[in-house]
Amino acid sequence: MSAPGIILNNISLAFAQQTLFNNLSCEFTGGQFTCLLGPSGVGKSSLLHLIADLYTHKSIQYSGTIRATDNQPIQTRIAYMAQTDSLLPWLNTEQNCLLGSRLRGEITSVKKIQARELLKRVGLKNPKQKIAELSGGMRQRVALVRTLLEDKPIVLMDEPFAALDVITRLNLHDLAAELLQHKTVILVTHDPLEALRLGHVIYVLAGMPAQLGAPIIPAGTIPRAITAPTILQLQGELLARLQLAQELM
Amino acid sequence: MIRSVAKIFRLLIVILSLALLWQLVVFMFKLPDYILPTPLAVMYTWIANFSLIWQQTQPTLAETLLGLFFGALTGIISALLLAMFKPARLWLIPVLVISQAIPTFAIAPLLVVWFGYGEASKVITATIMIFFPVTTAFYDGLRRTPLAWLDLAKTMRANRWAILWHIRIPAALPALASGLRVATALAPIGAIIGEWVGSSHGLGFLMLNANGRMQITLMFAALFSITMLSLALYYTMDWILNKTITWKM
Repeated sequence: MSAPGIILNNISLAFAQQTLFNNLSCEFTGGQFTCLLGPSGVGKSSLLHLIADLYTHKSIQYSGTIRATDNQPIQTRIAYMAQTDSLLPWLNTEQNCLLGSRLRGEITSVKKIQARELLKRVGLKNPKQKIAELSGGMRQRVALVRTLLEDKPIVLMDEPFAALDVITRLNLHDLAAELLQHKTVILVTHDPLEALRLGHVIYVLAGMPAQLGAPIIPAGTIPRAITAPTILQLQGELLARLQLAQELM
Repeated sequence: MIRSVAKIFRLLIVILSLALLWQLVVFMFKLPDYILPTPLAVMYTWIANFSLIWQQTQPTLAETLLGLFFGALTGIISALLLAMFKPARLWLIPVLVISQAIPTFAIAPLLVVWFGYGEASKVITATIMIFFPVTTAFYDGLRRTPLAWLDLAKTMRANRWAILWHIRIPAALPALASGLRVATALAPIGAIIGEWVGSSHGLGFLMLNANGRMQITLMFAALFSITMLSLALYYTMDWILNKTITWKM
């Protein structure tokens, strides 16, 4: 089964004080990495929250429709990864990876084997290790494995690597590109390089209320090498766009 | 191990210095035994009357432990009710506040009238004093689950009971632990108050009895035993909690 695309139709979202989106429409292609860039507060995370159906607050005014290209429900097919790793300190590495199964009461030995194999693939050899003993990069790897074990076709990532140092971040890009292949990934990021390495399509979210700019579609397969000429060239263009977007805030 | 030895050592030094100060005060102001006996005299009396004191310690210890158990149990249950049911929040909180606005000292005689001279009235006094700090601490912890964890659980399609059991309760355990520490310090006070108001045994009874017969040294010996009992209970509880709840929130 191929991963579905996501269609946003006439999305309007307003908090008490400000309007974030007004009749925003777009389509995110299935089976690809879509990267969303934009200034802080423009509504990148809000967009992910809307897709994941995480808003329950009454002070929010929301209208519009979000649907999958195959017209099946979206919310049951989502895995979500945030900037904070949200690892639970009372569970060990493996137990944290299996949190979804644990919550749904469906931990199986097959799932456990899967968890251990994935942990090994991201370079974590001790599944029983305590969370407090892990470095920032290791923690985010555990969070990545937890996201993968949900085994969902749609993956929403909200600045998952923002808190990491550059080298760790580059390594995790490679892992993410490999392990999330053929899934519909929407990756919110602050980092133009991250977007250029991982995005099949890149959008800049700008304005108040926010609109998506024209898509940037870099050539080549992901993860693109940091030395690729396209990356260097597009990085300048992307930064210029982000500067412009910042001025619109 | 070395740290706990150091802790005990520090405690001993503090106790010895206080005793020394006390001895000095009695010596300098030439206070008679029936006003303030010296710590040495109290120590002699304590040893001489050890079997009597031990006999009277047992009911007080039993009342304290039972009060602690029931207080903690009712506290935990009411915190869970508050956290999970909105009507409980609306109706139970005023009851809780009123229950604490009535001074325990004032209703202790009533409790003796209602529940008799035996242990029940003391256990109930202790329970009333304890359940409130346990409730507020645990309820506070249950309300402060990091939003990111709840969002994550929601995208994993967990129901509210699974979220409560696997995330909110463990996340609230450090808060519950501080409530239990306060409760452990209060429990002996509850039992002693109950005994003062009306009883035929226990350390509180021994204190009153000795006081009435001008056996001030014996009264101090009983007081010393209560202090030792409280300290032993507190540090045991502290040790157990530190061993079982190793994570911080």
